[in-house]
Amino acid sequence: MAKIIVVTSGKGGVGKTTSSAAIGTGLALKGHKTVIIDFDVGLRNLDLIMGCERRVVYDFVNVINKEATLSQALIKDKRTKDLFLLPASQTRDKDALTTEGVEAVLNELSKDFEYIVCDSPAGIEKGAQMALYFADVAIVTTNPEVSSVRDSDRILGILQSKSRRAEQGLPPIEEHLLVTRYNPDRVSEGEMLSVADVEEILAIPLLGVIPESEAVLKASNQGAPVILDVQAEAGQAYSDAVDRLLGEERPLRFTDIQKKGFFKRLLGG
Amino acid sequence: MGIFDYFKSKSEPSSASVAKDRLQIIVAHERSRRTQPDYLEQMQQEIIAVIRKYVQVDNEHVQIQLEDTDDCSVLELNVTLPEKND
Ligand SMILES: Nc1ncnc2c1ncn2[C@@H]1O[C@H](COP(=O)(O)OP(=O)(O)OP(=O)(O)O)[C@@H](O)[C@H]1O
Ligand SMILES: [Mg+2]
Repeated sequence: MAKIIVVTSGKGGVGKTTSSAAIGTGLALKGHKTVIIDFDVGLRNLDLIMGCERRVVYDFVNVINKEATLSQALIKDKRTKDLFLLPASQTRDKDALTTEGVEAVLNELSKDFEYIVCDSPAGIEKGAQMALYFADVAIVTTNPEVSSVRDSDRILGILQSKSRRAEQGLPPIEEHLLVTRYNPDRVSEGEMLSVADVEEILAIPLLGVIPESEAVLKASNQGAPVILDVQAEAGQAYSDAVDRLLGEERPLRFTDIQKKGFFKRLLGG
Repeated sequence: MGIFDYFKSKSEPSSASVAKDRLQIIVAHERSRRTQPDYLEQMQQEIIAVIRKYVQVDNEHVQIQLEDTDDCSVLELNVTLPEKND
C-alpha cells in the first residue's frame, strides 16, 4: 500500500508545485518508488517544473476516462530513478476528475508505488478537495504572510472534515507544516511573521522551512526540481524536509539572519 | 532597517506582530464556526427573530455559542440590550 501525500495550501502561488516536485524527487532519491500526480486540471505545470513537458502524451483524465492505460500515461523521470509523473489534463472541464475515477487510479498506483505525491490546485473548492480526499499525509504549504496562513487554517479544517479519513471515521490525516519563501532578514526586521509565529497559529508540527531563494527560479527555468541543486540552500532545506518526512531528525537550517556588520544594519543594508 | 526606522520602530509594534495578533483572532473565530453544528446558524436567526418581537436588537448584539466540555455541551446566549434612554 502506497502512502498518499497531498501538497496543499488554499492560497495560490505559495510553492505547492515547487514543493511537490522537490519532495517527490527527494523520496525517489532515497530509493522509494514515487509518483507525483498533477491535480491542477487545466493549469498543468508540474511537467514543466520536472522538465518533461515534451514527453506528455496522455494525462490523468485520459486514464480516468479509459482513453489510455496508466502505463501509457505515466512519464518516467530521466534523471531520477524510481520517479514517475502523472500529468494533469489541459481540459477546461473542472469536473473531469470524479471521486470514483481518482480512487481507481490511486488504487492501481498503490500496488506499484511506495509514495504518491498529489500536487493540489489552489483554492478550497472541489479541485483542492479532490486532491486531498484520499490523502494519508498532508503537507500544508504556507508563506509567512496573513492570507496564506489563514487559508492554510481553512485547508486544515477541510482535511479534518471533508477527507475520506474524516468521513469514514478513520485515523486522521497526518498534518505537516512546510513554511516556504522564508526571509530571515525580513523576519528579524519585524516585517515578516516568524516560523514560530506561523507554528503557534496553525498548531501543527513543522516539517521544514524553505528560504526564499533565487535557486527556485533557476531550477524552474531549467526544468530540474530545486532539490537536485545541492549547493542551494533551498535544495538543502527540501532534503532536510524529506528526511524528516521519513522520520529522521534534522536541525532547522537557514532560518537565522545572515550576519551583517553593525554599520551596514544601522544604515539599512 | 535604517537609522530613522530604528527610532520609529521604538514606538510602534512591528508589522509582523500586528499580523500575528490579527491572525490569531480571525483564525480562532473561524475555527469556532467550523466546529459548531450546522443548525446553530439557523437557530441563531430564529432566536433573534423572537427577541425582536419584544426589543429591537442588532444581529451583532446577539452572540450564540456552543461550548463542549468533557461530559456536556453548554449553549451560551448573550444578548446586549439597547441602552435605556428614558
Ligand atoms: N522558496 C522559494 N523562493 C523563491 N521563489 C519561490 C520559492 N518557492 C516558490 N517560488 C516561486 O513562486 C512561484 C509559485 O510557485 P509554485 O508554482 O510552486 O506555487 P503553487 O502553490 O504551485 O502555485 P499554484 O497555486 O498556482 O498552483 C513560482 O514562480 C516559484 O518559482
Ligand atoms: Mg501549482
